[in-house]
Formats: sequence, structure tokens, C-alpha cells
Amino acid sequence: MPARHLTLRILSRLGTSLVVAWASVTAAFVALHALPGRIEDILAGDVDFPGLREAIAAEWGLDRSLPAQYADFLLRLAHGDFGTSYVLRRPVIEVVGSQLRPTVELAFAAGLLAVLLAGGLALATAGRGRLAHGLASSLELVAASTPVFWLGILLLMAFSFSLRWFPVAGAKSWNALVLPAIALALPTAGLLAQVLREAMEKTLDQPFVTTVRARGVGETAIRIRHVLRHALLPAVTLGGWLIGGLLGGAVITEKVFGRPGLGTVTLGAVLTHDVPVVLAVVLLAALIHVAASTLLDILYLLIDPRLRTT
Amino acid sequence: MTASPHSAPAAVALSTEGLVGTVASVPTSVLRATRFRPRHPPRFILAAGFLAMLALVALGPGLFTRYDPLTGDFSETLKGPSWVHPFGTDRLGRDVLARTLYGTRYSLLIGLAGMAVSAAAGVLLGVLAGLRNRLLDEAVSRLFDVLSSFPGVLLAMLVVTFLGQGMANIAIAVGIAGIPKFGRVVRAQTQLVRDADYVTHAAIYGLGRSRIFLRHVLPNVLVAVPVIATIYIGNTILVVSGLSFLGLGPQPPTPEWGVMLAESRDVLRVAWWPGVFPGLAITLTVIAFSIVGGVLQKRFEGRIA
Repeated sequence: MPARHLTLRILSRLGTSLVVAWASVTAAFVALHALPGRIEDILAGDVDFPGLREAIAAEWGLDRSLPAQYADFLLRLAHGDFGTSYVLRRPVIEVVGSQLRPTVELAFAAGLLAVLLAGGLALATAGRGRLAHGLASSLELVAASTPVFWLGILLLMAFSFSLRWFPVAGAKSWNALVLPAIALALPTAGLLAQVLREAMEKTLDQPFVTTVRARGVGETAIRIRHVLRHALLPAVTLGGWLIGGLLGGAVITEKVFGRPGLGTVTLGAVLTHDVPVVLAVVLLAALIHVAASTLLDILYLLIDPRLRTT
Repeated sequence: MTASPHSAPAAVALSTEGLVGTVASVPTSVLRATRFRPRHPPRFILAAGFLAMLALVALGPGLFTRYDPLTGDFSETLKGPSWVHPFGTDRLGRDVLARTLYGTRYSLLIGLAGMAVSAAAGVLLGVLAGLRNRLLDEAVSRLFDVLSSFPGVLLAMLVVTFLGQGMANIAIAVGIAGIPKFGRVVRAQTQLVRDADYVTHAAIYGLGRSRIFLRHVLPNVLVAVPVIATIYIGNTILVVSGLSFLGLGPQPPTPEWGVMLAESRDVLRVAWWPGVFPGLAITLTVIAFSIVGGVLQKRFEGRIA
């Protein structure tokens, strides 16, 4: 009963995402209200005069009872209203929405590049003897261990300052995306290639590969049509985690390359304790993670027909 | 131990699902579990040697350089690498080698502190979930799901929003983000151990429940902890240096590697050295931990069969 199996998994994912959303907003609410006067402090900033805190409390509804504030908070969230930024005094949805595009572009470009690089490396080097194994695994280890921001700095030094091929900062043209995407993609590609190559090497040892080879199928066709398909399963398991990693890495990459985007907004919000904005970004990331994991569950069924019959 | 066809230390390290299946095992004896076998692959010796050196530098950075990491010489700003300053000087005339050496302290210390937070909370929650209470198990497992739904860097940023910047706070932040890594493995390990024959035998001999737990279950669960720690510490150091780079951790002029790289961004046009050496230090450290963690993990698995 494949459909039922799938429905159950998706329902449980949705359940998890609801729990995730509820737990994080509640934790944020508790943390904010645990210290009385905390929100007034953030809102007041450096300004202080008698009556200011009372005025702020009245304006933002902080003078009501905690349960009433909590109920109101949840109700507004349920309507998709993330509240108003403490610092920018604009609706959070507007703040986050206006900066979404450059970040999604970056994460998408980097994700695509990472998959292509990892797939290419794994296809080319899996099961090709000890030398290829050693080279590929060293390459993957170095790529996976290099911090995104250092890679960004090295790329800037080589290609922006010395060779002047790419702009140093900004997100105005397509070529401003090249270096950030490479910096973000390489560490991800390293991790993905490790998993993919290991899985391919295991698959290449299986009897069915010998059977296919005995039928006279060429090596490249075996690798792409038969081995890669088996090896994709463990890589797909890693996929949800990698998408989260790309979003987190995008924040850092934006800082290195001076790109506008969610990262810049989030960092500013973290430093000014602008809780509604940070919360919205983190929730968005968590929901993307859950959505991606659900899609990957469906992808499993497409890749592996054995799962459809259980 | 020579030409094993699939050695991908960091990859295994980072897919939590895989790890639960591989690290968790029923140990036969705590002592035998931690004893090394005589033969080590060369990369292990190299990596372990590097880490030993790193520990030495962290303990006494002053032994390896005569410069102070904080005082600069304004007649020597942005000098390239030379015999006097092997890693060059930064824009305040501070010796980059001295700063990189002293930086070892901060990066290792914050990484280890974060790890300790993850390990303590993860072991406590994992053991609770692994015992026989279904409800508790469900609640704790959901908590792990929730924590691991957030990208580590963003979760840490959320924690820093509440706690404020600083070294202790980013250690707590990455520590919280890392709880599920320990918790899931410890839970699986507890389940395996609680059903193991020697635990059943101990019960048949009439030992009390708390005695069985303290003498037989807990020690055999805890053997997994150092292995998980060495596998994940590299990743923790990466996240910590990233948060420092963003300005959320220690503040300038602290010679922390991430902070140094953030400072180097401003002088990239004229000087490459302040932007190269601290990054190299992070990368080599992470690689060394990955190699050592991978070998330890294989030892740990090899013992099960």
C-alpha cells in the first residue's frame, strides 16, 4: 500500500513541523517575557525619560496579562502575522519578504552546483582503484572541512582583487553570484560526494552489477543508469540536512561578499535583539527544512521502486 | 585496516541517521572498548600528532612566539611574511603568527565548551529516552526532532539574540544546537544496552535497579560519548568560527580565528596573509579531528562484530 505509507509519512512530517513551529515560538515568547521589562528595553534603545516605558508598554500591548499576550501572539501567528520589527518598525513579513530573493538565488545556485560537482566526482572516481580513491577522498575531506567564509575570502583575493574578473560586493548582476555560489557550494559538495561515492563503491560490489556488465552494457551506462540510482538513496537522506546547511551558510556567505539578503537582515536583527525578525527567519528555515524533507520522501519512492510495494 | 574501500569520516559523521545505526553498539567491556590496537594508519598518526601539537600550543602559546598577540608595532603594519614575522603583520602591526597561535586557545576552548554542553544535555536526555518509559521517549525524541529542524548556524543565532554576544554565549548556542547529535546516539545505545544479556543476568543475580543502572548500563552507554565528541568537534569548531566571523562571539581585538578573518576582509586588497593563515588553521584543525574521529568510529564499530 504505497499511497497509505506515503500519506502516513507526510502526515507525521506535518505533525513535526507544527510541533517545531509551536515549540520555537513558545520558547521565544517565554525567553522574551522571562525578564520583565526586556522588550521595553529593546524598544526604547538608548532613549529614556519618565513615562516612556509605560507608553511603550501600552502601545505594544505589554501591559496586559501574560496568558492574554500569549493567546494574542499565537492567534496573530496563525493568521500569518509575524508582528512588527522592534527596530525597523515595519511588518516582519515585509522585511523578510523583500530580502528573500537574493538569498534564495544564492542557496539555489550553490545547491545546484554542489549536486553537479558531487555527482560528477563520484561518477568519475568511485571504484577506479586506490589512487582515485585516495585523491577523491582527500579532496572531499578538504572541501568539507573548509569554512565557507575562508573560501570566500580566498576567492575574493584571487578573482576579485588580483584578476578583477568578478565584482567585490553586491548582487546587481549575474556575475556577482558566481563567487558566493562557489564558496557556498564547495563544502556542501565535499560532504555530498563523500556519501555518494561511498554508496557507489558499495553498489559496484553487488552481484547485479556483474550481471549487467555480463550483458555487455558499457561502464558509463552502468554507472549512470544502475549504480547511481542505488547510491542516490543515502545521498537523499542527507538532502534535508544539506538544504538547512545551505541556508545557514548563505547567512555567512552574504556577510563575506557584502551581498544583500536574509543573512544581512538576520545578522542585524540578532545584534539589535529584534526578536520578531529573527524568529520569522528561523521559522522560515525550519519550515523549508520540513518541506524539503517531505519532498525527499516522495523522491525516495520515485528512485526506489522497492519502497512502493511495502 | 589498510585499504578499506569506504572510508568517509566526515560524511558518516554528519549524517545523524547513519550514525545512530553505526556508533550504537553493545560493548562487551568498557576497558577493552577504549584500549587502542597497536597498528594505526599513517594519516591517523599525522592527524593525532597535529592535534597533540595544537593542544601544546593552546596550553602555552608564549613558548612558540616572542610576540604579544595584542600589542602592535605601528612601524611594522601590513608587512608580508619574513623571517622576523613568518606570517606577516596585520594593519595594526601585530604579528599574525602570534595571533594565530594564541587563537588556538579560543577556538579549541569554545568548541570544547560547546561540545560539553551538547554532551551533558544529550546524555541526560538520551538516557531518559532510552529507558523503558514510552511517554518520556516520545517527548524527548520530539524535542530532538525540533532541535534538528533548524540549521545549526541559525539556531545558534536565535540563542545569541536572547543571550547576547560573547564567548560563553556562543558556546551555549552551539551546545544547544548539538544536543540531538549526542542524544540520538545515546538513546539508541541505551536501548541496546538495557536489553543486553549481561544486564538481564545482573537482574537475575538480584542486583537492585539503581545498581544495575549505575554499574552496568551507564558506563557502557558512556563509552560512545568520546567517539561522538571527536566526530562532531570539527563541525562545532566550523560553526563557532563562523559565528565569530559574523561578530557574534569574542570581539576584537581577541585573537580568535574567525574574528581575525573578519578583520582581514578590510585589508584584502593590499595584504593576503592576514586572510590566509587563520583560515588555514581552522581547516587543518577540522581535517585532523575528522580523521581521528573517523578512525575512532571504525574501532568502535569493529568491536561489535
